[in-house]
Amino acid sequence: MVQVESINKSFAGNQILHDVSATFQKGKVNMIIGQSGHGKSVLAKCIVGLHETDSGRIIFDGRDFTSMDKLQKREVRKEIGMLFQGAALFDSMTVEENIMFPLDMFSKMTKKEKLNRANFCLERVNMVGKNKLLPAECSGGMQKRIGIARAIVMNPKYLFCDEPNSGLDPMTSILIDNLIREITYEYDITTIVITHDMNSVIEIADSINFIHKGQNWWQGDRKSILTTDNPEILNFVYAADFMKQIRSTMKENLSAQ
Amino acid sequence: MKILSDIGKYFQMMGSVLSRPENWRVFRVRLFDELQNIGVNSIFLVALMSVFMGGVISLQTAAQMTSPFLPESTVGYITQSSTILEFSPTVISLILAGKVGSNIASEIGTMRVTEQIDALEIMGVNSLSYLVLPKLIAAILFFPILVTFSMTLSLIGGWFAMVISGLQTTDTYVMGIRSYFEMYYVWYALFKTMVFGMIIVTISSYFGYYTKGGSLDVGRSSTNSVVSCSVVILIANFILTQLILF
Repeated sequence: MVQVESINKSFAGNQILHDVSATFQKGKVNMIIGQSGHGKSVLAKCIVGLHETDSGRIIFDGRDFTSMDKLQKREVRKEIGMLFQGAALFDSMTVEENIMFPLDMFSKMTKKEKLNRANFCLERVNMVGKNKLLPAECSGGMQKRIGIARAIVMNPKYLFCDEPNSGLDPMTSILIDNLIREITYEYDITTIVITHDMNSVIEIADSINFIHKGQNWWQGDRKSILTTDNPEILNFVYAADFMKQIRSTMKENLSAQ
Repeated sequence: MKILSDIGKYFQMMGSVLSRPENWRVFRVRLFDELQNIGVNSIFLVALMSVFMGGVISLQTAAQMTSPFLPESTVGYITQSSTILEFSPTVISLILAGKVGSNIASEIGTMRVTEQIDALEIMGVNSLSYLVLPKLIAAILFFPILVTFSMTLSLIGGWFAMVISGLQTTDTYVMGIRSYFEMYYVWYALFKTMVFGMIIVTISSYFGYYTKGGSLDVGRSSTNSVVSCSVVILIANFILTQLILF
């Protein structure tokens, strides 16, 4: 479980996060949603320690991450897997080397064991036999899947996904969403997904935090987000007028029943 | 104020760069890769520059030799001393600041803007030590080799220019090279080169590592790193010459 308590963050006097608190449960897909530029990615980067917070606490299973020194933070980070928006694969390494990289750095496995583990992860993301490709030779969807394989290779306790569906077609997006959900349930890890893709939210979210103007505006699950009357959420979920009309028709039908 | 903040950030960065590698086996592999990238891949450029530099120094010196009181071997002597003291260590380092420095800044800068450095940090890797330390050690080890190679080729270039133009015989030129030869100057040049290597790698890594933005900013970092490396090399050259030779 990851807890965020009263986080504030500003850049050059411009406050991005205002007193954000949230709890991300273990074994669930926790989603952070919101419009672009409202602080979702900053919040995620604060949680993993890529940005220092101005105040507040981040707690990983009872361990206060914000009060740790650099080396202690590195130890916690070894329990984190992260899928970046652009996958962030190492250009100079093959798919196999990318996945084996954390094992090379931190495990005492033999080369054969590392290779077996990398192949297992590749199989898990349906990328069997792509070991020797370079990232530049892979499509966007393949890169995301390799990113997931690299993120899970060390059996992380926490999985962070920053806009996993950005730039992908709907079919590939569903594939990636399902993969994230399966991995979360299978390994019982705390997964935090940052997205503004409502399809993903409806498809896989167990809990949702809606970040608006740097604040945790609303919390709930995927059923309640469709029925809430919170105007900011309505504008976000039903951005198009057409969708708003569908919603009001749906509501009228429900009340008529 | 910005320059003071940059200097402070640079020394903070050096603190992380000089920390113990997390995995010696990975470090060894990275070191050999960097010896290839920074060192071996620069041999051709250094060779080309050195041969022509030596040839031009000797021809220009010979062209100035109008006084009959100067011995003919002066050409070899001046080629030797200017090559060893200045041309090989400083000019070659300035050229390497362009080739190696811009390469390092753009490589690390691209890793920064494509979140590859963030990925390293999330994995718990000390990204500065992982990326910069092997480059630094490779430069300190290989730059003196490149400069020794450059000195040799420069003297050969001078000889070739003298012989092919018929201005001097091999014996006269070699006598000039050997006269007043001081081994101390070679050590001085090699020490300078190690310092210049350190300057090139660390400054260009600094510009790459702290790149913000996109591909345009990577290009800007690369240019800034070459300019800064060149200026710092010239200043360091002056200070080291004053400290060591006097």
